[in-house]
Amino acid sequence: MKLLVCISKAPDTTSKIAFTDGNTKFDENGVQYIVNPYDEWYALVRALEIVEASGGTVTTITVGTEADNPVIRKALAIGANEAIRIDAEPKDPFFVAKQIAEHAKEGGYDIVLTGKETINYNGAQVGAMVAEFLDQPFVSLATKLDVNGNTATLERDVSGGLEVVEVATPFVLSAAKGMAEQRIPNMRGIMAARTKPLNVVAPVELAALTSVINYELPNAKAECKYIDPENMEELVELLHNEAKVI
Amino acid sequence: MSTDRFEAHDYYMMDELLTDEHKLIRDSSRAWVKETVSPIIEDCFEKAKFPEHILPGLGEIGAFGPYIPEEYGGAGLDQISYGLLMQELERCDSGLRSTASVQSSLVMYPIWKYGTEEQKQKFLPKLASGEWLGCFGLTEPDHGSNPGGMLTNFVDKGDHYLLNGSKMWISNSPLSQVAVVWAKNEEGRIHGLLVEKGMEGFTAPEMHGKHSLRASITGELIFNNVKIPKENLLPGRNGLGAPLSCLDSARYGIAWGAIGAGMDCYDLALRYSKERIQFGKPIASFQLIQKKLAEMITEITKAQFLTYRLGQLRNEGRATSAQISMAKRNNVEMALDIAREARQIHGAMGITNEYSIMRHMANLESVITYEGTHDIHLLITGLDVTGIAAFNS
Repeated sequence: MKLLVCISKAPDTTSKIAFTDGNTKFDENGVQYIVNPYDEWYALVRALEIVEASGGTVTTITVGTEADNPVIRKALAIGANEAIRIDAEPKDPFFVAKQIAEHAKEGGYDIVLTGKETINYNGAQVGAMVAEFLDQPFVSLATKLDVNGNTATLERDVSGGLEVVEVATPFVLSAAKGMAEQRIPNMRGIMAARTKPLNVVAPVELAALTSVINYELPNAKAECKYIDPENMEELVELLHNEAKVI
Repeated sequence: MSTDRFEAHDYYMMDELLTDEHKLIRDSSRAWVKETVSPIIEDCFEKAKFPEHILPGLGEIGAFGPYIPEEYGGAGLDQISYGLLMQELERCDSGLRSTASVQSSLVMYPIWKYGTEEQKQKFLPKLASGEWLGCFGLTEPDHGSNPGGMLTNFVDKGDHYLLNGSKMWISNSPLSQVAVVWAKNEEGRIHGLLVEKGMEGFTAPEMHGKHSLRASITGELIFNNVKIPKENLLPGRNGLGAPLSCLDSARYGIAWGAIGAGMDCYDLALRYSKERIQFGKPIASFQLIQKKLAEMITEITKAQFLTYRLGQLRNEGRATSAQISMAKRNNVEMALDIAREARQIHGAMGITNEYSIMRHMANLESVITYEGTHDIHLLITGLDVTGIAAFNS
């Protein structure tokens, strides 16, 4: 079974978020990057579990620059067999998905796995677009994946319950929490990652369809106000006039 | 215990000097420690219980002999990788780091450097994986800072050596499959012998009653006419310089480890001082608290660069014993001072096991004494700069 896992980088959750260029660009100064957790903990680890159980290969694919190499190496240290980096700045979801699809259609992959979203942009678009470009089925927000021959069974959380989906390979999925458990790279994996192939390929010429014109930070968290439990009038007054919730 | 919320502090962007692989090793070991050891460490310390079950995990993250070549089960890494691993272990607990640095620097290192090919093949892979534990016997009840005065000795009996004597304050000893024991031959020359568990006349009773390093196991080594096969002698080097070279490696690891303990205390103190409200505002807004915090991060930053440079020198094989003494002494004192100040910032909460501070503080009282006491390291620097030894009779 040939599996392709889409890997993005995302800022470490402790990073200070700021913007530059008139609030149109994320300020990368001093930011430490991690593998996007949905890509790593769920998509990649489940892909590894599948090939460990029934054979095959796991290839990762990343649209990014050399700055993405450390997160790609981490994915290799966790256990992926090889990595592909499309050498381009990811412009928008369409651009990224098209680059991945251009590679994937030649690769003959049985399943393309993405995380459900990146934790910084929360776009959740790439998986569906890749499926469309490949003309393959797409299962979003899967929490469980089992493969039996050419048939995969997936579970999805739906309102108040569970949906079980069956799909024939090849197909594309986006992985949500629950699909697998985080794996910490061990020393053998880190050493093996040194010599695993990280193939850098040129992007296809493509314009982005969207562009960001502005980012804004959320309002600073307001200070907690304590009100005497006896003083209901003040509470109502504040909720009405200040918080404007009643 | 409370959740391990540690966040690293890198005031001078030292990360930019590290390779991607250094960072991956450090971050992976930190993640492993948070997941595996942090949830149990307070309980282990309280009950003086060595978490034996984590030994294979320590092997997997590369904590045992990371700089030993791959052909012997090590990872073939550089000295900075070794240092970063020790930092991450001691960030959690000095006892955890002690287990790993004894195994790496005091057991695997001498076997690798001074052992025969057969000894390397027999012992190193099992020590690297954590299947076996090892210990190092140099200190004796009456010979601590002056190991050259040791009484433990062996006699050549033709087809074997006969070993007699005792060692004390030996980390890992009660659970070790192999002890690297330093003893004098009939001419009074110090040699290393590999003493294996189960050899007749060899016992390793546990020492109790420690108020420090309680999550690490410590014992004695007692040799009563122990027959040592001749192939268990380390042939590569003899004299006091042999065990001292092992201590150089271990002390280097301690220098990094102490930064970890210091960072943990600083991280807790910084967070607590911003959350703890007194007189209507966070205590971090008071000048005396800021003085403590500012001095802590200043000292951590200085120690990071001192130690990073020492790592470069060790990578090049140029670090002197005296330089290692300086770093070990400076960094352990730094960490102990930070632990005490962090305890003050936490007020009464600082004495509880809700926070790791008091545990670090108690542990560091051992660390400042073992592998060369604080005062002896000062005299080593004194000797190095004056050329006059102040500790010889």
